[in-house]
Amino acid sequence: MLPSDLKAEQFTGYPPKARKLVLTHLGALQQLPLSFVPSLLRELIDYDFKFPAERTSIDHELATLSSLSPAQLKEWFQAFSQLSLSSKLQNLDWVNQPAQFVEQLSAYLWTTHQLNAFREAAIAYGNRTRATRPTEPVPIPPLGIAVIGQGVPSYDEPLFRNLRKHGTYFKQVKPENGVQLLMAAVEARAKAHPVPYGHWYVDGGQPADHSPSLSCVSFQQLEPVRAALLKNIQTEIAKPGMGPEELRTHMALLSPADLGMGRGGDEVMDRFEVKLLTEGSGTQIFSTTFAQWTAREVLRRAQPLTLFVRFAPRQRQRPMNELLTGGDSNPELDLTGSLIDADMGAYYQWINQQRLPGAERSSFLVWFEGHSQALAIAPSLPRGTESNSNLDLGQLLSLAAG
Amino acid sequence: MTVSSFKTIPAPHEIARHLAVSRRDFLRSTAGLALGTALMGGSPFVHGEAASKKRKVIVITFGGGARDQETFAPEGQENIPYMLHELAPQSSFFTQVMNQGILGHYVATASLATGVYETLNNFSAVPPEHPTVFEYFRKDLNRPSSSAWVVAPSNGFNRIGESEYRSYGPGLGAKVILPKHLLSAATSKAPADYNHLLRDNYETPLYTPQIGGGEFELQQMESILKLSVDDFKTHARTVSSPDELSVYIAKRLMKQESPNLLWITMHDIDIAHSGAYSLYIDAIRRTDRLCAELWKAVQAEPEYAGNTTMFILPDFGRDADEDAGGNGFQHHRTGDPASRTTWMMALGTGVRQGTVYDRPVQSIDLVPTLGAIMGFSPKLSQGKPIHELL
Repeated sequence: MLPSDLKAEQFTGYPPKARKLVLTHLGALQQLPLSFVPSLLRELIDYDFKFPAERTSIDHELATLSSLSPAQLKEWFQAFSQLSLSSKLQNLDWVNQPAQFVEQLSAYLWTTHQLNAFREAAIAYGNRTRATRPTEPVPIPPLGIAVIGQGVPSYDEPLFRNLRKHGTYFKQVKPENGVQLLMAAVEARAKAHPVPYGHWYVDGGQPADHSPSLSCVSFQQLEPVRAALLKNIQTEIAKPGMGPEELRTHMALLSPADLGMGRGGDEVMDRFEVKLLTEGSGTQIFSTTFAQWTAREVLRRAQPLTLFVRFAPRQRQRPMNELLTGGDSNPELDLTGSLIDADMGAYYQWINQQRLPGAERSSFLVWFEGHSQALAIAPSLPRGTESNSNLDLGQLLSLAAG
Repeated sequence: MTVSSFKTIPAPHEIARHLAVSRRDFLRSTAGLALGTALMGGSPFVHGEAASKKRKVIVITFGGGARDQETFAPEGQENIPYMLHELAPQSSFFTQVMNQGILGHYVATASLATGVYETLNNFSAVPPEHPTVFEYFRKDLNRPSSSAWVVAPSNGFNRIGESEYRSYGPGLGAKVILPKHLLSAATSKAPADYNHLLRDNYETPLYTPQIGGGEFELQQMESILKLSVDDFKTHARTVSSPDELSVYIAKRLMKQESPNLLWITMHDIDIAHSGAYSLYIDAIRRTDRLCAELWKAVQAEPEYAGNTTMFILPDFGRDADEDAGGNGFQHHRTGDPASRTTWMMALGTGVRQGTVYDRPVQSIDLVPTLGAIMGFSPKLSQGKPIHELL
């Protein structure tokens, strides 16, 4: 089936808001190429469970497509239309299983050496839609905080190497009550600018006390879910005919209920957490990977005003099969390795924060927990410099974020 | 592959060229290498027919590419002291090796070995579609099976030694040793002591293809490698990673069988898929040390010293930090220039030492280059011989 054959009744399996949106824009969808439409449907089918920022983005994208004339649509999607797809792909149920289609499309594009062409088409399309998006001012400039190195008694190698050229390196901050001071500042922002899913706290271990005004995700709190997932995986891989691609498809279909979750009605958050574990690689086993990937996904999807990430020690490396079976309630920790992981994770957090609306006015702070080293990036702070200022973390954050 | 996640980036060829120039400048300034275009002259591979009979070639690939910023860029130099200070000054270094194929480790290694961008399922234990370098070598030069060997990291690589291509195929390829498979078989009653060496395919940690084909079995270890199961197990206790075990086996092979064509695929670096940056860096440092260790073994083995050319190359790179479609070092999924652009080092017999070349070559050029060096004809390869090595 091709997009030109799309009919309203084919979307009866979609959740209500998603179905309504599809039907509103069905005329535009019918004019788009098969190499593109399932990617859009993959986002649309989850519309009811997406964050507000994602919904706004989808709304705008569809409104833009519907506003284009047939000639403009043809011109916009010419590169996608030139991709050659197999009849096998055409015959898949890409309306109801768009994610599976996209996975098979990806494999097909690699195999037929068309991935570069798809990539270029996608970049051009992304640039076009971004250019048409109205720039709405954010209530406050975005703020990112990364706290790294929990439990590391000392570390002699240089930290924040990737970030130093972008900000000011503080060598003598006062570490006392650092986490509490930062948390208080984050909570004050959330209170002053209440925005749904606008202020986040991610912890790679057990979360510290925090206000319910923060959207919180933590590695420890998800332990039962991780255990349920690993058990589910073990059951699946024992089945005949199971391979890596089949396993990935199976994991993509897992719902919060499959993993014993129930957050009192916040299905958006439940589904987000499931995806962290089913789509992220290593998030099930290493807390540093979990914190980094969660930060990436929060920034990409929720586009928060505030993101506070506290990394925690991960377990030491063991054979992957052993790690994935779980069951060790008290694993040996790799403190120094975790610090190095988190240092890179903080860099990636800053990179992803740079993609947010208002990024040019954003601030970022990374602190070596319990120690006197920190680095701050802000429009008001010089780049590539060092400071001996003897500030506490609250004062430093005020300096950076204003 | 999310459409909306792509952002404006420089043209791919510009990024690839930038990567190459960075590697070149760094090598010239740090390791004292000269620019190759200024040194083109008579072939270093001008040898008599008698010499070619003794010629040995060792190919080391990294299944799990390492990026510039962790290796040949200034900030990465601390991770590769051996390659930088010992091997690079002796080598011809190619700064821009492009992989235009599928960026999965088994299929990419198969492509390196056939000189054709293979399209097989990366996660299946299937042979390459086209004849391998081992088949060309053995058939064209009428060499025995003992002359071509592969030491590979995981079960998925057990079919890498030969294709099923008509007129080549079964019986004409390389023998494949999977050290982890051997260790697993040798320690089936007490695997716990060796768990650190039985790490898995990091691209698909839960999936292990069934073994089937011409792989090397435990009982052959004693007859061919002159290594008892007990000695193997004892040595395994002293090494810290699967790649260390592979290098140990490779050195035994060199001593006992002296193959003319030895292909070793390392895999420790691919721990990057777990997302733990420190483990990725540890693996790069280990791989750097192991490459130097193998080169020292070449010098120490009478069968190899003075007549061996060694090639070292990652099968491809990893995603760039800045590519919104990826997650930096963790994967190689975007197909961006950083994931497609890598490097190659050639050292030993017939190589112009201390020379850096930054023109683009393709990873499928390796097989025709080996053909030109060793005297066989890889008829179905789609690459071109690298003339700087001929």
